[in-house]
Amino acid sequence: MTAFLHNFVNPEVLQVALPLILEGMRVTLLLTASILPTGILAGLALSVLRTRQSRFLNFFIVVFADVFRAVPPLVILILIFFALPYLGVQLSGFAAAWLGLSLVLAAFSEEIFWAALTSVPRGQWEASRATGLGATATLRRVIFPQAIRLAIPPLTNRAIAIGKGTALASVIAVPEILNHATNVQAQTANPSPLTLAALAYLALFLPLVVASRWVESRFRWKR
Amino acid sequence: MIERLVDSFLNPVVLEASVPYLVRGLLVTLEVCALVIPLGIAGGLSLALAYRTRSRLWRGLLIAFIDFFRAFPPLVLLVFVFYGLPFAGIEIGSLAAVTIAFSLNTSSFYGEIFRAGIESVDRGQWEAARATGLGGFRTTTAVILPQAVRNVLPDLIGNTLEVVKLTSLASVVALPELLRMARVSQGLTYNPTPLVVAAGIYLVLLWPFVRLLSLMERRLAVTA
Repeated sequence: MTAFLHNFVNPEVLQVALPLILEGMRVTLLLTASILPTGILAGLALSVLRTRQSRFLNFFIVVFADVFRAVPPLVILILIFFALPYLGVQLSGFAAAWLGLSLVLAAFSEEIFWAALTSVPRGQWEASRATGLGATATLRRVIFPQAIRLAIPPLTNRAIAIGKGTALASVIAVPEILNHATNVQAQTANPSPLTLAALAYLALFLPLVVASRWVESRFRWKR
Repeated sequence: MIERLVDSFLNPVVLEASVPYLVRGLLVTLEVCALVIPLGIAGGLSLALAYRTRSRLWRGLLIAFIDFFRAFPPLVLLVFVFYGLPFAGIEIGSLAAVTIAFSLNTSSFYGEIFRAGIESVDRGQWEAARATGLGGFRTTTAVILPQAVRNVLPDLIGNTLEVVKLTSLASVVALPELLRMARVSQGLTYNPTPLVVAAGIYLVLLWPFVRLLSLMERRLAVTA
Protein backbone atom coordinates (compact mmCIF):
# COMPACT_ATOMS: atom_id res chain seq x y z
CA MET A 1 0.00 0.00 0.00
CA THR A 2 2.80 2.43 0.82
CA ALA A 3 4.43 1.55 -2.51
CA PHE A 4 1.13 2.31 -4.20
CA LEU A 5 0.83 5.66 -2.43
CA HIS A 6 4.46 6.43 -3.19
CA ASN A 7 3.80 5.84 -6.87
CA PHE A 8 0.39 7.38 -7.38
CA VAL A 9 0.11 10.15 -4.77
CA ASN A 10 3.71 10.99 -4.08
CA PRO A 11 3.68 14.30 -2.13
CA GLU A 12 7.03 15.53 -3.48
CA VAL A 13 6.11 14.84 -7.09
CA LEU A 14 2.65 16.31 -6.59
CA GLN A 15 4.21 19.50 -5.30
CA VAL A 16 6.21 19.86 -8.51
CA ALA A 17 3.25 18.89 -10.70
CA LEU A 18 0.50 20.98 -9.09
CA PRO A 19 1.42 24.44 -10.46
CA LEU A 20 1.99 22.95 -13.92
CA ILE A 21 -1.31 21.07 -13.92
CA LEU A 22 -3.10 24.26 -12.83
CA GLU A 23 -1.42 26.10 -15.71
CA GLY A 24 -2.51 23.20 -17.95
CA MET A 25 -6.11 23.61 -16.76
CA ARG A 26 -5.96 27.25 -17.81
CA VAL A 27 -4.82 26.25 -21.31
CA THR A 28 -7.45 23.47 -21.54
CA LEU A 29 -10.17 25.96 -20.59
CA LEU A 30 -8.84 28.63 -22.94
CA LEU A 31 -8.66 26.16 -25.84
CA THR A 32 -12.19 24.86 -25.15
CA ALA A 33 -13.51 28.41 -24.79
CA SER A 34 -12.00 29.37 -28.16
CA ILE A 35 -13.29 26.29 -29.98
CA LEU A 36 -16.90 26.29 -28.77
CA PRO A 37 -18.04 29.65 -30.22
CA THR A 38 -16.24 29.25 -33.57
CA GLY A 39 -17.36 25.65 -34.05
CA ILE A 40 -20.99 26.15 -33.04
CA LEU A 41 -21.43 29.44 -34.92
CA ALA A 42 -19.83 28.02 -38.07
CA GLY A 43 -22.13 24.99 -37.83
CA LEU A 44 -25.16 27.22 -37.33
CA ALA A 45 -24.17 29.40 -40.30
CA LEU A 46 -23.75 26.34 -42.53
CA SER A 47 -27.11 24.88 -41.52
CA VAL A 48 -28.83 28.22 -42.22
CA LEU A 49 -27.07 28.43 -45.61
CA ARG A 50 -28.36 24.94 -46.29
CA THR A 51 -31.97 26.09 -45.88
CA ARG A 52 -31.41 28.24 -49.01
CA GLN A 53 -31.66 24.96 -50.96
CA SER A 54 -28.87 25.80 -53.40
CA ARG A 55 -27.74 22.45 -54.83
CA PHE A 56 -24.25 23.73 -55.47
CA LEU A 57 -23.76 25.07 -51.92
CA ASN A 58 -25.48 22.13 -50.26
CA PHE A 59 -23.16 19.68 -51.98
CA PHE A 60 -20.13 21.35 -50.41
CA ILE A 61 -21.79 21.68 -47.01
CA VAL A 62 -22.69 17.98 -46.94
CA VAL A 63 -19.20 16.94 -48.08
CA PHE A 64 -17.64 19.16 -45.40
CA ALA A 65 -19.91 17.78 -42.67
CA ASP A 66 -19.34 14.17 -43.75
CA VAL A 67 -15.56 14.43 -44.00
CA PHE A 68 -15.11 16.03 -40.60
CA ARG A 69 -17.50 13.61 -38.95
CA ALA A 70 -15.84 10.55 -40.48
CA VAL A 71 -12.12 11.31 -40.02
CA PRO A 72 -10.84 10.89 -36.43
CA PRO A 73 -10.06 14.27 -34.79
CA LEU A 74 -6.52 13.16 -33.90
CA VAL A 75 -5.84 12.47 -37.60
CA ILE A 76 -7.15 15.95 -38.45
CA LEU A 77 -4.95 17.63 -35.80
CA ILE A 78 -1.87 15.74 -37.00
CA LEU A 79 -2.60 16.60 -40.64
CA ILE A 80 -2.96 20.29 -39.78
CA PHE A 81 0.11 20.36 -37.57
CA PHE A 82 2.49 18.11 -39.54
CA ALA A 83 1.23 18.27 -43.14
CA LEU A 84 0.20 21.92 -43.64
CA PRO A 85 3.80 23.13 -43.14
CA TYR A 86 4.58 21.44 -46.49
CA LEU A 87 2.29 24.07 -48.01
CA GLY A 88 4.18 26.78 -46.15
CA VAL A 89 1.47 27.11 -43.49
CA GLN A 90 3.04 26.62 -40.08
CA LEU A 91 0.50 26.89 -37.27
CA SER A 92 1.34 26.80 -33.58
CA GLY A 93 0.06 23.75 -31.68
CA PHE A 94 -2.65 25.83 -30.05
CA ALA A 95 -3.80 27.32 -33.38
CA ALA A 96 -3.76 23.88 -35.04
CA ALA A 97 -5.83 22.36 -32.21
CA TRP A 98 -8.25 25.29 -32.29
CA LEU A 99 -8.68 25.03 -36.07
CA GLY A 100 -8.96 21.23 -36.19
CA LEU A 101 -11.44 20.84 -33.35
CA SER A 102 -13.45 23.88 -34.52
CA LEU A 103 -13.86 22.22 -37.93
CA VAL A 104 -14.98 18.97 -36.29
CA LEU A 105 -17.43 20.79 -34.01
CA ALA A 106 -18.72 22.83 -36.98
CA ALA A 107 -19.42 19.63 -38.93
CA PHE A 108 -21.32 18.02 -36.05
CA SER A 109 -23.21 21.23 -35.15
CA GLU A 110 -24.24 21.72 -38.78
CA GLU A 111 -25.83 18.25 -38.79
CA ILE A 112 -27.48 18.80 -35.39
CA PHE A 113 -28.94 22.20 -36.37
CA TRP A 114 -29.99 20.91 -39.77
CA ALA A 115 -31.78 17.90 -38.28
CA ALA A 116 -33.49 20.25 -35.81
CA LEU A 117 -34.51 22.77 -38.49
CA THR A 118 -35.94 20.07 -40.77
CA SER A 119 -37.89 18.58 -37.86
CA VAL A 120 -40.07 21.69 -37.65
CA PRO A 121 -43.17 20.89 -39.75
CA ARG A 122 -43.27 22.51 -43.20
CA GLY A 123 -46.64 24.06 -42.34
CA GLN A 124 -44.85 26.37 -39.91
CA TRP A 125 -42.78 27.79 -42.79
CA GLU A 126 -45.79 28.14 -45.03
CA ALA A 127 -48.01 29.70 -42.39
CA SER A 128 -45.46 32.27 -41.31
CA ARG A 129 -44.54 33.17 -44.91
CA ALA A 130 -48.28 33.54 -45.60
CA THR A 131 -48.62 36.06 -42.77
CA GLY A 132 -46.12 38.22 -44.66
CA LEU A 133 -42.89 37.45 -42.76
CA GLY A 134 -39.78 37.28 -44.96
CA ALA A 135 -37.59 34.17 -45.20
CA THR A 136 -35.05 35.50 -42.69
CA ALA A 137 -37.68 36.61 -40.18
CA THR A 138 -39.47 33.27 -40.53
CA LEU A 139 -36.27 31.40 -39.83
CA ARG A 140 -35.33 33.63 -36.91
CA ARG A 141 -38.66 34.14 -35.21
CA VAL A 142 -40.67 31.03 -36.02
CA ILE A 143 -38.52 28.08 -37.03
CA PHE A 144 -35.42 28.64 -34.96
CA PRO A 145 -37.09 28.99 -31.53
CA GLN A 146 -38.80 25.63 -32.10
CA ALA A 147 -35.71 23.93 -33.52
CA ILE A 148 -33.27 25.02 -30.82
CA ARG A 149 -35.11 22.90 -28.24
CA LEU A 150 -34.28 19.80 -30.20
CA ALA A 151 -30.70 20.87 -30.88
CA ILE A 152 -29.65 21.68 -27.32
CA PRO A 153 -29.22 18.16 -25.83
CA PRO A 154 -27.06 16.73 -28.67
CA LEU A 155 -25.17 20.01 -28.88
CA THR A 156 -24.39 19.86 -25.14
CA ASN A 157 -23.05 16.31 -25.50
CA ARG A 158 -20.97 17.24 -28.51
CA ALA A 159 -19.56 20.31 -26.76
CA ILE A 160 -18.48 18.11 -23.80
CA ALA A 161 -16.91 15.62 -26.22
CA ILE A 162 -14.95 18.45 -27.87
CA GLY A 163 -13.83 19.77 -24.47
CA LYS A 164 -12.53 16.31 -23.58
CA GLY A 165 -11.02 16.17 -27.07
CA THR A 166 -8.68 19.04 -26.21
CA ALA A 167 -6.57 16.34 -24.48
CA LEU A 168 -5.57 15.32 -28.03
CA ALA A 169 -3.74 18.63 -28.33
CA SER A 170 -1.10 17.19 -25.95
CA VAL A 171 0.08 15.13 -28.95
CA ILE A 172 0.97 18.30 -30.86
CA ALA A 173 2.76 19.79 -27.85
CA VAL A 174 0.05 22.16 -26.60
CA PRO A 175 0.89 22.68 -22.90
CA GLU A 176 -2.52 21.61 -21.62
CA ILE A 177 -3.23 19.29 -18.65
CA LEU A 178 -2.21 15.95 -20.15
CA ASN A 179 0.89 17.37 -21.82
CA HIS A 180 2.20 18.82 -18.54
CA ALA A 181 1.31 15.62 -16.69
CA THR A 182 3.21 13.31 -19.06
CA ASN A 183 6.20 15.70 -19.04
CA VAL A 184 6.45 15.75 -15.24
CA GLN A 185 5.84 12.00 -15.14
CA ALA A 186 8.77 11.45 -17.53
CA GLN A 187 11.06 13.75 -15.53
CA THR A 188 10.25 12.26 -12.13
CA ALA A 189 9.68 8.64 -13.28
CA ASN A 190 6.55 8.66 -11.14
CA PRO A 191 2.92 8.55 -12.33
CA SER A 192 1.50 10.84 -9.61
CA PRO A 193 1.12 13.71 -12.12
CA LEU A 194 -1.25 11.46 -14.07
CA THR A 195 -3.41 11.02 -10.96
CA LEU A 196 -3.50 14.78 -10.60
CA ALA A 197 -4.35 15.19 -14.30
CA ALA A 198 -7.17 12.67 -13.94
CA LEU A 199 -8.57 14.67 -11.01
CA ALA A 200 -8.23 17.90 -12.98
CA TYR A 201 -10.23 16.47 -15.89
CA LEU A 202 -12.88 15.08 -13.55
CA ALA A 203 -13.15 18.47 -11.82
CA LEU A 204 -13.73 20.12 -15.20
CA PHE A 205 -15.98 17.60 -16.92
CA LEU A 206 -17.86 15.59 -14.29
CA PRO A 207 -20.12 18.56 -13.42
CA LEU A 208 -20.82 19.06 -17.13
CA VAL A 209 -21.69 15.38 -17.68
CA VAL A 210 -24.06 15.48 -14.71
CA ALA A 211 -25.54 18.76 -16.00
CA SER A 212 -26.04 17.19 -19.44
CA ARG A 213 -28.40 14.64 -17.85
CA TRP A 214 -30.48 17.51 -16.53
CA VAL A 215 -30.42 19.25 -19.93
CA GLU A 216 -31.55 16.04 -21.60
CA SER A 217 -34.58 15.60 -19.35
CA ARG A 218 -35.38 19.33 -19.44
CA PHE A 219 -35.46 19.55 -23.25
CA ARG A 220 -36.89 16.10 -23.95
CA TRP A 221 -39.17 16.10 -26.97
CA LYS A 222 -42.58 15.03 -25.69
CA ARG A 223 -44.01 12.56 -28.17
CA MET B 1 1.50 24.75 -57.78
CA ILE B 2 -0.60 21.65 -58.54
CA GLU B 3 2.60 19.72 -59.07
CA ARG B 4 3.89 20.78 -55.67
CA LEU B 5 0.60 19.81 -54.04
CA VAL B 6 0.65 16.34 -55.59
CA ASP B 7 4.32 15.98 -54.77
CA SER B 8 3.70 16.72 -51.09
CA PHE B 9 0.31 15.19 -50.47
CA LEU B 10 -0.21 12.39 -52.98
CA ASN B 11 3.31 11.51 -54.01
CA PRO B 12 3.10 8.24 -56.04
CA VAL B 13 6.58 7.05 -55.04
CA VAL B 14 5.92 7.67 -51.33
CA LEU B 15 2.47 6.16 -51.68
CA GLU B 16 3.89 2.96 -53.10
CA ALA B 17 6.47 2.72 -50.32
CA SER B 18 3.87 3.34 -47.61
CA VAL B 19 1.15 0.94 -48.79
CA PRO B 20 2.51 -2.09 -46.87
CA TYR B 21 2.70 0.00 -43.68
CA LEU B 22 -0.80 1.35 -44.10
CA VAL B 23 -2.27 -2.08 -44.83
CA ARG B 24 -0.68 -3.50 -41.68
CA GLY B 25 -1.92 -0.50 -39.72
CA LEU B 26 -5.44 -0.91 -41.06
CA LEU B 27 -5.46 -4.56 -40.01
CA VAL B 28 -4.45 -3.62 -36.45
CA THR B 29 -7.13 -0.90 -36.39
CA LEU B 30 -9.74 -3.48 -37.42
CA GLU B 31 -8.38 -5.90 -34.81
CA VAL B 32 -8.76 -3.28 -32.06
CA CYS B 33 -12.30 -2.54 -33.26
CA ALA B 34 -13.11 -6.26 -33.22
CA LEU B 35 -12.00 -6.36 -29.57
CA VAL B 36 -13.36 -3.08 -28.24
CA ILE B 37 -16.77 -2.91 -29.96
CA PRO B 38 -18.08 -6.31 -28.71
CA LEU B 39 -16.59 -5.74 -25.25
CA GLY B 40 -18.10 -2.26 -25.10
CA ILE B 41 -21.52 -3.47 -26.22
CA ALA B 42 -21.44 -6.38 -23.75
CA GLY B 43 -20.33 -4.07 -20.95
CA GLY B 44 -22.91 -1.44 -21.83
CA LEU B 45 -25.70 -3.98 -22.02
CA SER B 46 -24.70 -5.39 -18.64
CA LEU B 47 -24.71 -1.91 -17.11
CA ALA B 48 -28.12 -1.14 -18.60
CA LEU B 49 -29.65 -4.43 -17.47
CA ALA B 50 -28.15 -4.08 -13.99
CA TYR B 51 -29.74 -0.63 -13.83
CA ARG B 52 -33.20 -2.25 -13.73
CA THR B 53 -32.62 -3.21 -10.11
CA ARG B 54 -35.00 -1.70 -7.52
CA SER B 55 -32.14 -0.75 -5.20
CA ARG B 56 -31.59 2.99 -5.32
CA LEU B 57 -28.06 2.52 -4.01
CA TRP B 58 -27.12 0.26 -6.93
CA ARG B 59 -28.70 2.61 -9.43
CA GLY B 60 -26.71 5.50 -7.97
CA LEU B 61 -23.47 3.50 -8.16
CA LEU B 62 -24.11 2.48 -11.77
CA ILE B 63 -24.83 6.08 -12.79
CA ALA B 64 -21.68 7.20 -10.95
CA PHE B 65 -19.64 4.58 -12.85
CA ILE B 66 -21.13 5.61 -16.19
CA ASP B 67 -20.67 9.33 -15.59
CA PHE B 68 -17.13 8.86 -14.27
CA PHE B 69 -15.99 7.25 -17.51
CA ARG B 70 -18.03 9.62 -19.66
CA ALA B 71 -16.27 12.59 -18.03
CA PHE B 72 -12.79 11.05 -18.30
CA PRO B 73 -11.11 11.85 -21.65
CA PRO B 74 -10.28 8.46 -23.24
CA LEU B 75 -6.73 9.56 -24.07
CA VAL B 76 -6.08 10.41 -20.42
CA LEU B 77 -7.50 7.03 -19.38
CA LEU B 78 -5.29 5.26 -21.93
CA VAL B 79 -2.15 7.10 -20.81
CA PHE B 80 -3.02 6.36 -17.19
CA VAL B 81 -3.51 2.64 -17.86
CA PHE B 82 -0.45 2.32 -20.09
CA TYR B 83 2.05 4.39 -18.10
CA GLY B 84 0.49 4.10 -14.65
CA LEU B 85 -0.35 0.42 -14.22
CA PRO B 86 3.26 -0.82 -14.54
CA PHE B 87 4.01 1.21 -11.38
CA ALA B 88 1.31 -0.79 -9.60
CA GLY B 89 3.18 -3.94 -10.62
CA ILE B 90 0.87 -4.72 -13.55
CA GLU B 91 2.96 -4.94 -16.70
CA ILE B 92 0.79 -4.76 -19.80
CA GLY B 93 1.37 -4.26 -23.50
CA SER B 94 -0.12 -1.50 -25.59
CA LEU B 95 -2.88 -3.69 -27.06
CA ALA B 96 -4.04 -4.75 -23.59
CA ALA B 97 -3.91 -1.14 -22.35
CA VAL B 98 -5.90 0.06 -25.35
CA THR B 99 -8.47 -2.71 -24.91
CA ILE B 100 -8.94 -2.03 -21.19
CA ALA B 101 -9.10 1.77 -21.47
CA PHE B 102 -11.40 1.90 -24.48
CA SER B 103 -13.68 -0.89 -23.24
CA LEU B 104 -14.27 1.02 -20.01
CA ASN B 105 -14.88 4.24 -21.91
CA THR B 106 -17.18 2.76 -24.56
CA SER B 107 -19.08 0.53 -22.09
CA SER B 108 -20.27 3.60 -20.26
CA PHE B 109 -21.42 5.31 -23.47
CA TYR B 110 -23.15 2.15 -24.72
CA GLY B 111 -24.56 1.65 -21.22
CA GLU B 112 -26.16 5.08 -21.22
CA ILE B 113 -27.64 4.46 -24.69
CA PHE B 114 -29.04 1.02 -23.80
CA ARG B 115 -30.44 2.40 -20.55
CA ALA B 116 -32.32 5.13 -22.43
CA GLY B 117 -33.51 2.50 -24.92
CA ILE B 118 -34.86 0.18 -22.24
CA GLU B 119 -36.56 3.09 -20.48
CA SER B 120 -38.24 4.08 -23.75
CA VAL B 121 -40.09 0.75 -23.88
CA ASP B 122 -43.51 1.03 -22.28
CA ARG B 123 -43.92 -0.82 -18.97
CA GLY B 124 -47.04 -2.45 -20.37
CA GLN B 125 -44.83 -4.44 -22.77
CA TRP B 126 -43.10 -6.05 -19.80
CA GLU B 127 -46.36 -6.76 -18.00
CA ALA B 128 -48.07 -8.14 -21.12
CA ALA B 129 -45.12 -10.43 -21.93
CA ARG B 130 -45.02 -11.75 -18.37
CA ALA B 131 -48.80 -12.25 -18.43
CA THR B 132 -48.53 -14.45 -21.55
CA GLY B 133 -46.27 -16.73 -19.52
CA LEU B 134 -42.81 -15.64 -20.72
CA GLY B 135 -40.09 -15.76 -18.06
CA GLY B 136 -38.03 -12.73 -17.04
CA PHE B 137 -35.09 -13.69 -19.28
CA ARG B 138 -37.24 -14.38 -22.34
CA THR B 139 -39.20 -11.18 -21.79
CA THR B 140 -35.96 -9.21 -21.69
CA THR B 141 -34.34 -10.81 -24.73
CA ALA B 142 -37.38 -11.38 -26.94
CA VAL B 143 -39.64 -8.44 -26.08
CA ILE B 144 -37.84 -5.56 -24.34
CA LEU B 145 -34.39 -5.51 -25.96
CA PRO B 146 -35.51 -5.69 -29.62
CA GLN B 147 -37.73 -2.65 -29.10
CA ALA B 148 -35.12 -0.87 -26.98
CA VAL B 149 -32.42 -1.38 -29.61
CA ARG B 150 -34.72 -0.21 -32.40
CA ASN B 151 -35.52 2.96 -30.47
CA VAL B 152 -31.87 3.91 -30.00
CA LEU B 153 -30.38 2.46 -33.19
CA PRO B 154 -29.05 5.81 -34.50
CA ASP B 155 -27.27 6.42 -31.18
CA LEU B 156 -25.80 2.91 -31.22
CA ILE B 157 -24.48 3.38 -34.74
CA GLY B 158 -23.20 6.86 -33.87
CA ASN B 159 -21.35 5.55 -30.84
CA THR B 160 -19.83 2.66 -32.81
CA LEU B 161 -18.58 5.21 -35.31
CA GLU B 162 -16.97 7.12 -32.42
CA VAL B 163 -15.29 3.91 -31.22
CA VAL B 164 -13.65 3.31 -34.59
CA LYS B 165 -12.40 6.91 -34.62
CA LEU B 166 -11.26 6.47 -31.01
CA THR B 167 -8.86 3.66 -31.98
CA SER B 168 -6.62 6.29 -33.62
CA LEU B 169 -5.63 7.41 -30.09
CA ALA B 170 -3.86 4.07 -29.68
CA SER B 171 -1.08 5.57 -31.83
CA VAL B 172 -0.06 7.59 -28.75
CA VAL B 173 0.98 4.41 -26.89
CA ALA B 174 2.81 3.12 -30.00
CA LEU B 175 0.26 0.51 -30.98
CA PRO B 176 0.98 0.00 -34.70
CA GLU B 177 -2.51 0.87 -35.93
CA LEU B 178 -3.37 2.94 -39.00
CA LEU B 179 -2.43 6.41 -37.71
CA ARG B 180 0.75 5.14 -36.05
CA MET B 181 1.88 3.37 -39.21
CA ALA B 182 1.10 6.47 -41.28
CA ARG B 183 3.28 8.55 -38.96
CA VAL B 184 6.10 6.00 -39.07
CA SER B 185 5.89 5.99 -42.83
CA GLN B 186 5.82 9.81 -42.88
CA GLY B 187 8.94 9.87 -40.71
CA LEU B 188 10.78 7.53 -43.06
CA THR B 189 9.89 9.42 -46.24
CA TYR B 190 9.80 13.02 -44.97
CA ASN B 191 6.54 13.38 -46.85
CA PRO B 192 2.99 13.71 -45.47
CA THR B 193 1.41 11.55 -48.22
CA PRO B 194 0.92 8.58 -45.82
CA LEU B 195 -1.06 10.85 -43.43
CA VAL B 196 -3.31 12.05 -46.23
CA VAL B 197 -3.87 8.47 -47.40
CA ALA B 198 -4.59 7.31 -43.83
CA ALA B 199 -7.20 10.08 -43.50
CA GLY B 200 -8.64 8.87 -46.83
CA ILE B 201 -8.82 5.29 -45.54
CA TYR B 202 -10.73 6.39 -42.42
CA LEU B 203 -13.04 8.40 -44.65
CA VAL B 204 -13.75 5.47 -46.99
CA LEU B 205 -14.26 3.14 -44.03
CA LEU B 206 -16.61 5.41 -42.07
CA TRP B 207 -18.32 7.57 -44.67
CA PRO B 208 -21.14 5.03 -45.36
CA PHE B 209 -22.00 5.01 -41.66
CA VAL B 210 -21.96 8.81 -41.42
CA ARG B 211 -24.38 8.97 -44.38
CA LEU B 212 -26.60 6.24 -42.92
CA LEU B 213 -26.72 8.12 -39.64
CA SER B 214 -27.78 11.37 -41.30
CA LEU B 215 -30.53 9.56 -43.19
CA MET B 216 -31.78 7.82 -40.05
CA GLU B 217 -31.81 11.03 -38.04
CA ARG B 218 -33.74 12.78 -40.79
CA ARG B 219 -36.33 10.00 -40.90
CA LEU B 220 -36.77 10.12 -37.13
CA ALA B 221 -37.11 13.89 -37.24
CA VAL B 222 -39.89 13.60 -39.82
CA THR B 223 -41.86 10.99 -37.87
CA ALA B 224 -41.39 12.71 -34.50
